[in-house]
Amino acid sequence: MSVREAAIRVRGLKTAYGSHVVHQDLDLDVWKGEVLGVIGGSGTGKSVLLRAIVGLKTPAEGHVEVFGRDLTRLSGKDRDEVERQWGLMFQDGALFSNLTVRENVLVPLHEHTDLPSDMARDIADMKIRLAGLGGDAANKYPSDLSGGMRKRAALARALALDPPLLFLDEPTAGLDPITAGNFDSLIRELQQSLGLTVFLVTHDLDTLAATCDRIAVLADKHVITTGTIAELRQFEHPWVNAYFNGPRGRAATA
Amino acid sequence: MTQETPTFELTERNGERVLAVRGDWTVRSLGSVAEDLDAIEGEPALSGLDVSSLGRLDTAGALILDQLLDGAGTTRLIGAHDNAERLLVQVRAASEPCDPVARPPGSFLDLLERTGRGTVHAWNETRNTLAFLGEAIVTSLRLLLRPNRIRWTPTVAVMEEAGLDALPIVAFLTFFVGMVVAFIGATTLADFGATIFVVELVGISMLREFGVILTAIILAGRTNSAFTAQIGAMRMRQEVDAMTTLGLSPMEVLVAPRIFAMVLMTPVLAFVATLSGIAGGIFVGWLALDISPIVFVARLQDYVSVSHFWVGLSKAPIFGLVVALIGCRQGLQVGGSVQSLGKHTTTSVVQAIFSIIVIDAVFAIFYMELGI
Repeated sequence: MSVREAAIRVRGLKTAYGSHVVHQDLDLDVWKGEVLGVIGGSGTGKSVLLRAIVGLKTPAEGHVEVFGRDLTRLSGKDRDEVERQWGLMFQDGALFSNLTVRENVLVPLHEHTDLPSDMARDIADMKIRLAGLGGDAANKYPSDLSGGMRKRAALARALALDPPLLFLDEPTAGLDPITAGNFDSLIRELQQSLGLTVFLVTHDLDTLAATCDRIAVLADKHVITTGTIAELRQFEHPWVNAYFNGPRGRAATA
Repeated sequence: MTQETPTFELTERNGERVLAVRGDWTVRSLGSVAEDLDAIEGEPALSGLDVSSLGRLDTAGALILDQLLDGAGTTRLIGAHDNAERLLVQVRAASEPCDPVARPPGSFLDLLERTGRGTVHAWNETRNTLAFLGEAIVTSLRLLLRPNRIRWTPTVAVMEEAGLDALPIVAFLTFFVGMVVAFIGATTLADFGATIFVVELVGISMLREFGVILTAIILAGRTNSAFTAQIGAMRMRQEVDAMTTLGLSPMEVLVAPRIFAMVLMTPVLAFVATLSGIAGGIFVGWLALDISPIVFVARLQDYVSVSHFWVGLSKAPIFGLVVALIGCRQGLQVGGSVQSLGKHTTTSVVQAIFSIIVIDAVFAIFYMELGI
């Protein structure tokens, strides 16, 4: 393979809540244009890792570089510039409940661009459609939407500024298999046509098999290995074995 | 990332209108070209779009180009570009606008409609509050007959949180109100050479009204809103539904302990508030009016009947009940959204303060008719 450029580079990361250490000496690379799945047992700090990368949780030690810029040292305007390069979809959507879906998607557009309002609205409508929602969803409030629709609306908001880097926290958790399958192909499709780099935290084996180029396994407070599903099957670690070679793991990748 | 300003040029090639686009057409750069684009809109459709010198393109840019092409699709693309064709296809599929924003009508009829709705809503609200009061009283009485079913731990916890913890603020505020009453009274009464009547003024107003009503209003702001927010958050996270399915009655588990705690603690708070208010009066009398504390207390005993104290204190449990009831009821009304929580907390405080003042006025008339 040719020289790969890192979109995210994490080195020696340590995060802790009080005396409880979540990560220690964690290293991770996410290459440009790939979909990296992050897996790990409950409580191994998958979401915390995501929060540490995007700066919602300040690391105790270590560096996080996004597109070659060290986020732990940036502040103010420089940091804003990097932050605009990514979109983040939270686990429960985290849509603003007092705004309609369209207004939710318009928030980043109004905040960070100088587009005239009709153009911004057209773009927001396109994102809503792109995320697979119908035209009637645009004027609905998040509380009127089902779980799957909320996730799609959250994806539309995350994509609002066409970010080259997309963070997804459990995008298919709690969805029925058909909706989850559609969501997987949607993510894959968008990733390919927009050339996105995707950092995906998931538990869902089917999502891993369907969308991810590479998988990173979190255990014992750091990334124990990365690789494709086939490579991970050969990896000797009790948790990884149980995960991929258990009945669910075999079914998903069969 | 630096953005190259997007530009375009309308040209005629072999008698056909061709638009050549240059620079980066992305969501961040489009703002600068939007106005110029409006100018060429409405002219005859383009027969071609030259993308050979187009820089970066994203879905937003692709959408705008697609609109310029008027839905003619990728057939009219001229020149090669990394991803223009793919993006245009993808955007085309999603380019149908969503439903327009529904604008609320603002006519006179609309005003009437809203007035009507408001009236019906106010009526329903009163009726439902009374129904809730009835249900709460029945539950409380049933629990009193079987005290082992009362949840003592939450009751005592609420007594501490809403009662004991409120003592400092209640005492502090009424002390100051006592001072203010004494000062205002003294300046007015001094004109008649009747400064000593400050004792009666402070004594009666504090015992009868201010002690208890200030306590009730502080509780309405402090405890009532806390009740609504606590129960409302539980509703939002479906904890109340979980309770019901486990066979626990929210009335018994959530409402009754709060009612018991408030009915017990409000008189205690009101008592402290009254003492503290009188202390404020004594303080002013002593420092500014040359009425020594001994004279003040002696005159209070001689000229202010103890019935004032009982009148004041008799209202306290009712106010406590009102605060607990309205707080719990609004909490149980909270729906799924954050907005609803905010709305109901506001309603809760407003209703509680409104009810307290109205009930106080009713009490005043009632005791006046009785001649107490």
